[in-house]
Amino acid sequence: MSDQTKDDVQAKLERLGRLRREGGALHDYHAVRWNEPLIMEQSVPGERGIFVSLAEQSVTDEVGDPYQYVPASMRREGAPDLPEISQHQALRHYLRLSQETLGMDLGSDISEGTCTMKYSPKLHEELVRYHKHSELHPWQDEDTLQGLLQIVYDCGEYLKAISGMDAITLQPGGGSHAVYTNACVMREYFRERGELDQRSEMITTIFSHPCDAATPSVAGFKVITVMPDENGYPDLEAFKAAVSERTVGCMITNPEDTGIYNPQIDKYVEVLHDAGALAFTDQANANGILGAARARDAGFDACHFNLHKTFSSPHGCEGPATGAYMTTDKLARYLPVPVVTKVGDRYHLDVDRPASIGRVRGFLGNWMGVLRAYAWIRTMGPDGLREVAEISVLNNNYLDRLLMGVRGVSRPYAKGHRRLDQVRYSLETLKEETGVGTEAVRDRMIDFGIQSYWMSHHPWVVPEPFTPEPCETYSKADLDEWAAVIKKASDEAYDDADFVNASPHASSCARMVRLEALEDPKQWAFTWRAYKRKVLGQKV
Amino acid sequence: MGERPFIHPYIPNAVPATKEAMLRELGIDSVEEIYAEIPDRLRFRGRLDIPEPILAERDLRRHVKGLLDRNTSCDENLNFCGAGCWQHYVPAVVDEVVNRAEFISAYCGGDYSDHGKYIARFEFNSQLAELLDLDGVANPIYDWGDVAGRSFRMAKRITGRSRVLVPQTMSPMRLAEARTLCQPEEMATAVRLEQVAYGPATGRMDLDDLRAKLGDDVAAVYWENPGYLGFIEDQGAEIVRLAHEHGALAIAGVDPITLGVLSPPGTLGADIACGEIQPLGVHMHAGGGCSGFIAFRDDDPVFAQECPLELYTLLETETPGEWAVAEAIPERTSYGSRDQGKDWVGTASGLWTIAAAVYMTVMGPAGLRELGETCIARSHFAARRLAELPGVDIGLSPAFFKEFVVNFDGTGRTVAEINKALLRHAIFGGKDLSTEFPELGQSALYCVTEYHSEANILELVAAVKEVLA
Repeated sequence: MSDQTKDDVQAKLERLGRLRREGGALHDYHAVRWNEPLIMEQSVPGERGIFVSLAEQSVTDEVGDPYQYVPASMRREGAPDLPEISQHQALRHYLRLSQETLGMDLGSDISEGTCTMKYSPKLHEELVRYHKHSELHPWQDEDTLQGLLQIVYDCGEYLKAISGMDAITLQPGGGSHAVYTNACVMREYFRERGELDQRSEMITTIFSHPCDAATPSVAGFKVITVMPDENGYPDLEAFKAAVSERTVGCMITNPEDTGIYNPQIDKYVEVLHDAGALAFTDQANANGILGAARARDAGFDACHFNLHKTFSSPHGCEGPATGAYMTTDKLARYLPVPVVTKVGDRYHLDVDRPASIGRVRGFLGNWMGVLRAYAWIRTMGPDGLREVAEISVLNNNYLDRLLMGVRGVSRPYAKGHRRLDQVRYSLETLKEETGVGTEAVRDRMIDFGIQSYWMSHHPWVVPEPFTPEPCETYSKADLDEWAAVIKKASDEAYDDADFVNASPHASSCARMVRLEALEDPKQWAFTWRAYKRKVLGQKV
Repeated sequence: MGERPFIHPYIPNAVPATKEAMLRELGIDSVEEIYAEIPDRLRFRGRLDIPEPILAERDLRRHVKGLLDRNTSCDENLNFCGAGCWQHYVPAVVDEVVNRAEFISAYCGGDYSDHGKYIARFEFNSQLAELLDLDGVANPIYDWGDVAGRSFRMAKRITGRSRVLVPQTMSPMRLAEARTLCQPEEMATAVRLEQVAYGPATGRMDLDDLRAKLGDDVAAVYWENPGYLGFIEDQGAEIVRLAHEHGALAIAGVDPITLGVLSPPGTLGADIACGEIQPLGVHMHAGGGCSGFIAFRDDDPVFAQECPLELYTLLETETPGEWAVAEAIPERTSYGSRDQGKDWVGTASGLWTIAAAVYMTVMGPAGLRELGETCIARSHFAARRLAELPGVDIGLSPAFFKEFVVNFDGTGRTVAEINKALLRHAIFGGKDLSTEFPELGQSALYCVTEYHSEANILELVAAVKEVLA
C-alpha cells in the first residue's frame, strides 16, 4: 500500500469512527438492560399461565380416576418446582430476554465469520409457520406430504447442480451433523470392502472446522491434522506424507477458515484416490464460490452445505439447522434412509436401501431449513447465486482494505494473495503494543450495537484472532461501520488500554464475576436447583 | 416491461455505482481479479442448472404456498399418530416468543451481546431439571435417538466398558440412530448394543433376561418411560438397582411431558436421562420440531466432564443482584479440543429450547399435572371405545399415558388398509407397527392427547367402525 493510499484509508476511518450524531458511522448505542429476575424467582404460588383442556365429564365418568392407570411406583410424589406465573408476566419476561439478545436482524453479524450470517427473508418464516408445514406429522401417509416432498426433492436437485454431485440427503440436523454423516458413509464404504482393519486414519487440516476432526473420531477413526505452511495450507508434499494405505480419506474445508482458497486441492484429491482413499470437502465456507467453483470439479467424492448459512435459513439461537450432504454415484448407496425419490410425478420416501448407513437423525430431518433454502434459491436463480458469491467476495476484500489500515491489525499467511469470503486477522501487534487483546476488542464492539466477533476455533494457530465475514447481505455503509468500530477500539487501546480491557460498557449486563465457577465442580451450576444447593447452600 | 437490472433486495451492494466504488477502492476492474485465486482448471465456467428466479415476493409466495397446499395437515385431518413426534397444543404465547426476530436470527453471539438468549437457555435447563429431578442439564441437540446414542457413548467413557443393554421395545428409529453413533462391531471403539426382551403381555422389560445379560462388562442399562409402545414401565427403580449392582450406569429415556404425573428419572435413581423436548411447546414440522436433551447427576463431576453437549452455568455480575450465564468447561467439547473432545457439538436446536422454556413456564406444575390427567383419561377412553369394535383388541399393558397398541388381527384387515381407508374420513390412523414389531401382528400405535376432544375420539371410533364394516 502506498503512503498516499494509507493516508486516504486513515482519513476515511477517522471520519467514520465518530458517532452518528457527529456525522460518522458509529451508533450511539446502549443495549437493553432489564436486570430481570430469573423466571424461577418470579413464581407466585397459585398463579398460572394457561388453562389446559380437561377430560369431559362423560369421559371421566367412563374411565374413572386417571391415576388408577398409573402403577403406584410410577406416581409422581410432589409437583415439579416449576414457576407459577400469570400469562402476561411470563410473556413479558421472555420478551425482555429477547430484547437483551442482539440478533442478526437488529445488529451487524459481519462479526460472525465462518457462520455466513445472511439475511433470512421474512416470507420464509410465514411459510414455515403455515399449518400445511408446521402441523405435519412425519409418519403421515406420503400421499399427504407430496408438496413437502416435492420441495425437498427439487431443492436437492438444485443443491446437486450447485455442487456438481449426483446424490443427496437432507436428513442431517446441522453442518457438523452432515460432516459426521460423511464419516459414517466413508466407514461403510470400507466396511463393505472389508478394509476397516487396514484403513483407520482420516486426514484434516487445522484450519478446517473442528467437526472435520471430531466427527471422524466419533466414527472410530484416528485423526491426522496437517499443518499449514506460509501459504496458509499444507504443502502438497506434507499432505502426501500423511497419506498411506491406512488412509480412509480427507475431510477438509476449502476455502479454509482463513478465507484462503487452497489452489492445489485437486492435487490432494488425486493423492488420496491414488491411495484408494476418499475425499470430502466441508463447504461451510461456500458462500464465495457459489457458481464459481464446484466440489465435483476438484474431484471430491462428497461435500456438504449448511442451509442455515449459505442458503439463508436463520440460525435460531444455534439451531434447528439443516445440513445437506451430497455424494457422487460411488457413495450414493450408503446415504441414510429414507431418501426422497421421484417416480413419474409422485414423490416417495425410499427406505429399501440395504447398503445404507442407517439413520443419523429421526424421521425426515429439519425440513424447515429445506423449505427456506428452496424459496431462497428460487428467488435468486443462477445469476442471483453468482451475484451472491461475487458480492460477498467483493465485500470481504473491501472490508479487508479498511481493516488493514487499522493500527495493530495484521493478516497472517499467503502474502500477496486475496481472500475469498472471510479473513482470519490477528491483533497480536495490538496486544504486544497496548496489552489489549482480541477478547477485549470483541467485547468493546458490543458497545456500538455490533455483534461480538468470532475469534477463531481452537487452537488459536493465529494469535489474538478475529474472523469477520461480510456476506452479500451487508451494504457498503455496514462495512464502513464495522471497520470504524475496530478502528475506534484500536485507537482507544493505544490511548487508554484499561478502558478497552474493561469492556463492555453498554451491554445488557455488567461484567461477570466468580468466573472460577466455569471450571469448578463445587461452584458450577447448570440449573437453578444446583445453584440453590451449591452456591446458596439451600436444601433442595 | 418486465426487464429490470438484477439488484436483488437481499444484495445492497449489487447497485452498479456501489460496486464500482468498491472496486475502485481496491484498485481492480472486476471481481474476476479476486477469483484469480482459484486456478482456472478448478473454475466453474457454466451457468448453474437451476430455475430462473421468481423475483416478486408475491409470486414466490404463491408458488411455494401452492406446493405446500398439496400437503394435508393435522389441522385439517384428525391425527392419531405419535410414535416419537407428538401433537400437543402449543400455546400462542410460545409462538409469540419464538417468532421474535432477535431469537430467530441470533446465532453464537457472546454471553454479553446475547445475554437474554443465555438466560433463557439457563431457564430451560432449570425447568427441565425440575421435571426430571436431576441437577445437570446440557444444551439439547438433534433429537432423542441422537442423545440416546450419545448417552451410551458417555456411559462407555465413564465406566470404560463397552456393552449397553437396551429394551427390545425401544423405538427402532431411535435404535438405528444410536447404532450409527455406536459404530459397527468391526470398529475397535464400538459400543455394543444388546436388546433385553419384554413381557409379551405388558411390554415391560423382562428382568430375568436383564439379569442374564448383565455382567461386569456392561456400561449401562437403558430403559424408556413411557416405552415406545406406550406402556408405563414401572420397574425403573429395580432396573436402576440391578444396573448399579453390576457397576453399570442407569440411563432413562423419557418423554418429559409425562412428568407432571409420572415419577421422574432422578427420583428413580437414574444416573443419566435423555429424551425429546418436542412435546414441550414445539410444532411438529414433519419431525423438524424434534430436539434431544441429556441430563445427569451432578454429585460426581465425571458426568459433566464426560457430557458431550454444551453446559451453561449461572454467574453473578459486578452489579449486585444481576445474573449472567456463561459456558462451563468448554475445553471438553469438540470446539475446545477437536478430535480429543467428547463426541462433537455444532448447530443444535436452540430455538426449540426457548420454546420449551416458555412452555414449561406457562404450563407450570398445575398445567402439566392436568395435561397428564387429560392424556390418560382421553387415551383410555379411546382405547375402550376402539376395543368395543369387533375384532379389535388393545394390546400390551393397561397402564399407558397417551399411546397404546391397537391390534386388528381379528378384523382380517391390515393396518395399511385401514389407515388408507381412514384417510377418506380425514383421519391419520395410528403408526403401523407390523414391520417394526411383527410379533404384534397387525397392530398400530395410537396417540391421544389433550389435543383431542371426546368428539374427535368418537369420530375416530365411528370411522374405524365404518372402515371395518
